[in-house]
Amino acid sequence: MAKRLDIKDLNLYYGKFHAVENVSLAVPPKNVTAFIGPSGCGKSTVLRSLNRMHEVAPGARVEGKVLLDGEDIYASTVDPVEVRRTIGMVFQRPNPFPTMSIRDNVVAGLKLAGVKNKKELDEVAERSLRGANLWNEVKDRLDRPGGGLSGGQQQRLCIARAIAVQPDVLLMDEPCSALDPISTLAIEDLITELKKDYTIVIVTHNMQQAARVSDQTAFFNLLGVGQPGQLIEVDDTEKIFSNPGQKATEDYISGRFG
Amino acid sequence: MNDPVVAKRPAGSGDPGAVRGVAAAPTASEAPIPPTPAAPETTKAPHVRPGDRIFRGLATGSGVFIVVLIGAIGLFLILQAIPSLGLDQINFLTSREWNTTDPANLRFGILDLLLVTVIVSILALLIAMPIALGIALFLTQYAPRNLARPFAYVVDLLAAVPSIVFGLWGLFVLGPVLFPFSEWLIENLGWIPLFAKGNVNVQLGGTIFTAGIVVAVMILPIITAVSREVFDRTPRMHIEGAIALGATKWEVVRTTVLPFGKAGYVSASMLGLGRALGETIAVMIILSTTSASFGWSLFDGGATFASKIALAAPEFNDTRSAGAYIAAGLVLFVLTFVVNAIARSIVAGHKEYE
Repeated sequence: MAKRLDIKDLNLYYGKFHAVENVSLAVPPKNVTAFIGPSGCGKSTVLRSLNRMHEVAPGARVEGKVLLDGEDIYASTVDPVEVRRTIGMVFQRPNPFPTMSIRDNVVAGLKLAGVKNKKELDEVAERSLRGANLWNEVKDRLDRPGGGLSGGQQQRLCIARAIAVQPDVLLMDEPCSALDPISTLAIEDLITELKKDYTIVIVTHNMQQAARVSDQTAFFNLLGVGQPGQLIEVDDTEKIFSNPGQKATEDYISGRFG
Repeated sequence: MNDPVVAKRPAGSGDPGAVRGVAAAPTASEAPIPPTPAAPETTKAPHVRPGDRIFRGLATGSGVFIVVLIGAIGLFLILQAIPSLGLDQINFLTSREWNTTDPANLRFGILDLLLVTVIVSILALLIAMPIALGIALFLTQYAPRNLARPFAYVVDLLAAVPSIVFGLWGLFVLGPVLFPFSEWLIENLGWIPLFAKGNVNVQLGGTIFTAGIVVAVMILPIITAVSREVFDRTPRMHIEGAIALGATKWEVVRTTVLPFGKAGYVSASMLGLGRALGETIAVMIILSTTSASFGWSLFDGGATFASKIALAAPEFNDTRSAGAYIAAGLVLFVLTFVVNAIARSIVAGHKEYE
């Protein structure tokens, strides 16, 4: 649990398009790393390469290494399905499985991993829902479809689903961008709690959010249209927001971008 | 009278910005041309544009038309069938006899027709459903994009093959090919009524078994095409959610694609069943007719509603005989209605997840 990630010389492509260039970055365990930057700079693409979701898109290609506690998840012997079972992901829009009950949604990952024991599944469901601060709201309707919850609840359900398998790393792709401020606050509080047990990487467009929840921040930028995205700098969040090392970072953070 | 009104307008609308007033000047000089726009201002009723009105009329008209058409067909069948039903000497629903050669002594019952029709259709459906599911999943989930498209065209092309060609193929190619297999089934599984020796010559292949397989091929394209459309619309985010949880390809299909597409797949199959029930010419060519009654074997011959009616076309010069067949047609009409109603209720049961 809570392993570290080391990204080394990562280059990402969609077909012939070079999406992200030469990213190297260390993500310490039990720590929140935020990716910020303008749209199209490749931060989501980098995030998706960390659990081998990038290659799901047709023609997508990865060069470089991503080390999970020293082991390359892109090594030829590694099964991408196994990688995704140990590195969980929460998406921009809540995506609980609409045909499954709340409980079945939470334990979907465990069931895929072959756990059948009902008692164990029930325990995990409760623990994960408590972990996602959703238990009290749904404990009386665990058999109802997950699609019946509000957007914020659905997103916490998705977080419960992701942590149910006790992943080594939790990736979040703009998890609050489709939520109202109150639900956003609930998720941010949750991220702060989850940090005790998990390594978290979060992509966000909301700089206040990055400042509030993250320990270190990575700023990605795009030199021009059609150019690959690049990692401009990565540092402690406090330093990035108070005294960034690069002019581009300062411009972006202070809203003087472009 | 209108001209001053139109001329004033640019000045009025020009108030918010002086720039607009300048731009409006050329319009004012063209004032004599559009006097009509002022007309709607005088009418107080909510304004409906002519395009809207025409289109609404057309759409409503089409909707009414189809309902009237179906009603008229039903009415025609009932009106034509009633006199003959009154002359029927035996029970129409439960009798297996069919003799309309003497209009003065009509003896016709639809039980055998109903059973053969249903058995052929269900056999076709049982064969076509899993294959169509496989093809649709292959096309949407497994096949590389550049292969999926031409492959889908080929499947769609099956739908364009005329019925009569399927009939000829069934009679001359499939029937003989199936013979050894049919014989094996009869010998080894003959103790099951479904595989018992039938009432026609198996060697000729004119059995319900052959007809069912041919009809299965015929309904394959429609089931495949509709299922493919539905599976293709599985939300990307649900698929990605499953992948991110560490689902394999098959698990992604099982957890997202199938639950999402289930209702569509069922209705696609029911569409196929509707086609199978009414399939005429191919079944007519393939099925060997027999005077023996249907004995619940796949190796029986006989006739379906549609093939029976088509075969009897020469008898239609007497309205009483024709009425007997129209009565059979009426039952087929009702049967397809019932199948559709069942399909709709199944689909409605799954709606809450969409």
